[in-house]
Amino acid sequence: MSSKTVMNVMLAFYMAIFFGFLFGPLIVMGVSAFNTSTYPQVYPIEGLTLSWFEKLLNDRDMVYGLKNSLWIGMWVVVVSVPLGLAAAMMMSQIYSKARSFYYVIVVSPVLTPGVIIGISTVVFWRDLTTATNSKFLYDGVFMAVLGQSSFISAYCMLMFMSRLNRFDRAQEEAGLDLGASQTQVFFHILLPFLRPAIFSSAVLAFLSSFENYNTTTFAILADKTLTTVLAGRVRQGTTPAISALAVLIIAVTVVGAIIYEIVKRREDRERQARLDAAHAAELRELESIEKATHHA
Amino acid sequence: MLSSTGHPFIFLLPVLAIAIFWVMAKFEPKPVGVTKKSFFERNGTPVAIYLIVAVAFWSLFMIVLPQLFMVEMSFRPKLPPIEMGGPKDLYTFENYHYFIYGSTTSSDAINWVHIKAFFLTIFASLLVALFNFALCYPLAFYMAQVARPARVRFLLLLLIAPYWVNEILRAFAFRIIFSSGGLINKILLGMGWVDQPIDFIGNDIALYAGLGYAYMLMMIFSLYNAIETLDHAQIEAARDLGAPWWHIHAFIVIPFAKPGIASGCTLVFMLSAGSLAAPLVLGGPRSLWFTPILYDRFFQAFNWPQGAAYAFILLLACVSFVLLVLRLGRLSLGEIAK
Repeated sequence: MSSKTVMNVMLAFYMAIFFGFLFGPLIVMGVSAFNTSTYPQVYPIEGLTLSWFEKLLNDRDMVYGLKNSLWIGMWVVVVSVPLGLAAAMMMSQIYSKARSFYYVIVVSPVLTPGVIIGISTVVFWRDLTTATNSKFLYDGVFMAVLGQSSFISAYCMLMFMSRLNRFDRAQEEAGLDLGASQTQVFFHILLPFLRPAIFSSAVLAFLSSFENYNTTTFAILADKTLTTVLAGRVRQGTTPAISALAVLIIAVTVVGAIIYEIVKRREDRERQARLDAAHAAELRELESIEKATHHA
Repeated sequence: MLSSTGHPFIFLLPVLAIAIFWVMAKFEPKPVGVTKKSFFERNGTPVAIYLIVAVAFWSLFMIVLPQLFMVEMSFRPKLPPIEMGGPKDLYTFENYHYFIYGSTTSSDAINWVHIKAFFLTIFASLLVALFNFALCYPLAFYMAQVARPARVRFLLLLLIAPYWVNEILRAFAFRIIFSSGGLINKILLGMGWVDQPIDFIGNDIALYAGLGYAYMLMMIFSLYNAIETLDHAQIEAARDLGAPWWHIHAFIVIPFAKPGIASGCTLVFMLSAGSLAAPLVLGGPRSLWFTPILYDRFFQAFNWPQGAAYAFILLLACVSFVLLVLRLGRLSLGEIAK
């Protein structure tokens, strides 16, 4: 055997182990959702059933938690995307000697353990709302939105920063020269340019919020979200109903991922079409100039 | 010192920091002949106000002040609400004292349970990070340098897919596999390799596997991004000069990808040390992980100041780890947090 085939066999072996490790647990869990045995298992299959899914829909806590999670996720998008955008725009404008200080502060939530973010949010707002006599703000959903947004805004900021790096300042200059105000430049040039980043960071923000546990479990106080209900259930004991939930989540997210991919491809195609059109127009213009010079 | 003085002082800190930078900016010698537009002129008034309000709210009310409040709370005694701010509310080290020496009623001189859990968590998180690096490096290298673009795209999709499922469910999947009646034990028993089911959960093997699994993606992406920028010609050149494959990795790829390796290991370490879901779901009855202890300070002992102290200890450990990695790798924070 040549060393090339040895290498290939080793690579295939490694890939099999890697992706086995990656998907094995999920497949096992997925199969156990359809098995009749009351303990989640893949082998032996005692019979196929959908009753675990039914049980899930009748679980009032889960359904309530799901609604709460969706509601929180929506608010996290509303809060984090504008905050992330503002922080990214500020990065290039802030006083140069304060920049690294500012960077450390706004990036720190990414590196802080989620548990600590949850605790500090609750501690701060409990004292602040007590001191200012606004105890109604000390509410699980509000705390969860603030706690999660604290680090999700940082994710959004990083995405906006990488997009802003590619922004051509000449576009802004052109807008200003043509008589637009700074505000118009922001709304008609910068925001359209940032649209892909806004879209991706909104999706990322929602998903990060929806699946978050570490921060939420502290911030949510006495209220519940899907993940906190789930954590309680898993600690009490294992039932295939939890596997059934996993199957549903996987199904929904696979569909979501496919839609996301399609939308992104269509946007790419549209952009390509616009570029091609612009290119063609330029060529035509050049040709006509050439013709004109020939005639002359 | 009475702790009622604490909160106004904390609010003063960021104001002071901003004032110092503002004064520095005001008195900085300006280059002659260049007129710079002011912040408001550059952005337009409405946008400028939005930027200032958003950034101030986020960085002060969502990042800095909560952290400072938590640290301040960790130096307070546990008191019933009526006595808070009263004469008994004095700053104290008792919560940190408790972490090291335990309660005064316990028979041990030192609080071994919590200290052991803390160091075990740090140590195990380090191992998880190293294990993840070893597992992910070949794939990251393959994707970044060997595979064709179409295949890379496909592999990336495959890699991301499991991470759409939430952390608790991923841990739950490991629980199904590793439990005493789970798949692995059934296979081992069926093959006749063991005659008693192995207690993977009690031995924390399930926990380490689950943690490694949970944060693999961070490692892969950090490594992939770093290795991808390496010019393939360098590898070719080394090969032409007769370098064995492990020389290429040890002396070219790994030194080049150092920032990526550092950032991957830091992320995985931090996430493992701070993770709560996996230890709660996969921890056995005797498992010692620091975050569940922290959790119990709040929800079982109802001792918030002590919980805050424990959280601060964890935070300090994480910060020192980052600083250590930066120091050892001679890197800047910007290279790690990407």
